[in-house]
Amino acid sequence: MINNLSYGLQKRILIILFLLVPLALLAVFALYPAVYLVYLSFMTWDGFSPEKTWAGLSNYKEVFSNKEIWQTFLHNLVYLLWGIIQNALGLCFALLLNSRLRGRNAYRVMLFMPYIMNGVAVAYMFNYVFNSEYGSLNTMLRSLGLDSLAISWFGSPGAVNHVLGFITLWKFMGLNMVIYLAALQSVSSEIVEASRIDGANRWQTIIHVILPNITKVIELNLFLTIIGTLEIFDLPFILTKGGPLGASDTFLTKTVDTAFHFNNFGMASAMSLTLIAAVIVILSIQRMVTRRWGN
Amino acid sequence: MSRRFQPLSLLKHAILWVAVAVIVFPPYILVLNALKSKQEFAQTSVFKLPENLFNFDNFVSVVGRAHLDRAYRNTLIIIVVAVIGNVALGTMVAYILGRFDFKLKKAVMGAYIAVSFVPTITTQVATFTVIHHLHLYNTLWASIVLHLGTNVLQIFIYLQFLHNIPKELDEAAMMEGASLFRIYRTIIFPLLTPATATIVIIKTIDIYNDMFIPYLYMPSQKLTVVSTSLMNFSSERSTEWEMMSAAILLIMVPIVLVYLFFQKYVFAGIASGAVK
Repeated sequence: MINNLSYGLQKRILIILFLLVPLALLAVFALYPAVYLVYLSFMTWDGFSPEKTWAGLSNYKEVFSNKEIWQTFLHNLVYLLWGIIQNALGLCFALLLNSRLRGRNAYRVMLFMPYIMNGVAVAYMFNYVFNSEYGSLNTMLRSLGLDSLAISWFGSPGAVNHVLGFITLWKFMGLNMVIYLAALQSVSSEIVEASRIDGANRWQTIIHVILPNITKVIELNLFLTIIGTLEIFDLPFILTKGGPLGASDTFLTKTVDTAFHFNNFGMASAMSLTLIAAVIVILSIQRMVTRRWGN
Repeated sequence: MSRRFQPLSLLKHAILWVAVAVIVFPPYILVLNALKSKQEFAQTSVFKLPENLFNFDNFVSVVGRAHLDRAYRNTLIIIVVAVIGNVALGTMVAYILGRFDFKLKKAVMGAYIAVSFVPTITTQVATFTVIHHLHLYNTLWASIVLHLGTNVLQIFIYLQFLHNIPKELDEAAMMEGASLFRIYRTIIFPLLTPATATIVIIKTIDIYNDMFIPYLYMPSQKLTVVSTSLMNFSSERSTEWEMMSAAILLIMVPIVLVYLFFQKYVFAGIASGAVK
């Protein structure tokens, strides 16, 4: 009896003690900033002055009416195009590695490696691939006599987002592949065997048996890619600073610039919340789509 | 398998080798040029092999010039303190959520899930003022404190493991009069070690590769980490390519080695993340 009571008391003390620090961290560095962000989005504030003035909905009105801001979404769309190619490649390589093949694990380790590399180092590394004068790509093109193709990759508004999109593909394809591979390995070998016995060839087995079994994971990966492309930031931030003339600005580089460069924290908060809203909408659509498959 | 499949398997290897080549090509160019002297770099094609394959002068001199030694030390301090704290806090939260029922349990879990929907970069505008008010701006603590907290993925990995630890172990220890804290310390924490290994590796890679937090909160020259030291060196010396190549490699290689040694844990973490 005494024992029970003391365990009850211990339990209460332990719950409080063990959750105190983690919840304090969560509140201070995640929940409070999120709430404060909502508050700031209705204010006009330069980031330092003690005074913030009420701005009502004007920040949001500005976000939705400013063409320059909306155009950055078009740049994010270019990344989405590369993201879809990235998914297709990831799936193809996962299918290749899911068969009996010598050195499977070595290939997996190699193809996944870019994902864990330091993003800043990767960005500067590709600076040397795509540099117009000394870059290895243009050096190669010139030696092949294709001088007209050796353009200024980061300097041309039409090419810059595609170059950055390609680098994103280079870095993240392995992640998609590993997730697809995990899904493929969970497809029961019995149904695959059964389709073989029924006379289906490899290709038919993949199309009619394996792929329908991993639809959920394909959807998950595609939604993760959409969200990932909305949140593109590091590469243009490090490599181009949004240039030339804003041609490679993404929604987030624009947001960060608005806050920390132009000291317009209210506007930046409104932009942040617009992005968060977009992410939540996409995630809810994903939930709905996934549930449809469940039924 | 019969002989019929031999050409197919050859084709598979060929395709995979092309992919591996695309991945290895950029770092390979870096290696070639990091081994060249300034003069040699200016006079030869980027594809040409260096005259002396063991010319490590650039590596030696860039450590001093880009202050990479300081960057490694700062990064290591942040990783050690943040990872130890993170594992302690993560196991504590998982123990409470996995073993006890209480009124606000759902609210706690819900808060962690809700926060996971908000991309961290978007809230930095507000986090910035918090860091300022706590006087953590321009201290290593800014980065430590922001990496300390646990997250949904981590709690999820721990809970999965915790459910596989039989409750009978807790009950047997209670029979012998062990306190709940003692049960956490001597039973739960040690049995969570496989999950902890995965979390330590993933968290180490995360912190090592983090650029935005140190860039934003630790602009002081003395507080540069690997990412920011490379950014600083690049803005001053971007024209010295052979030096930059060496610097990039020195930043890239340590975490690649961590990955190669502990790949098992990295893939385990990715798998749990995908299930979520």
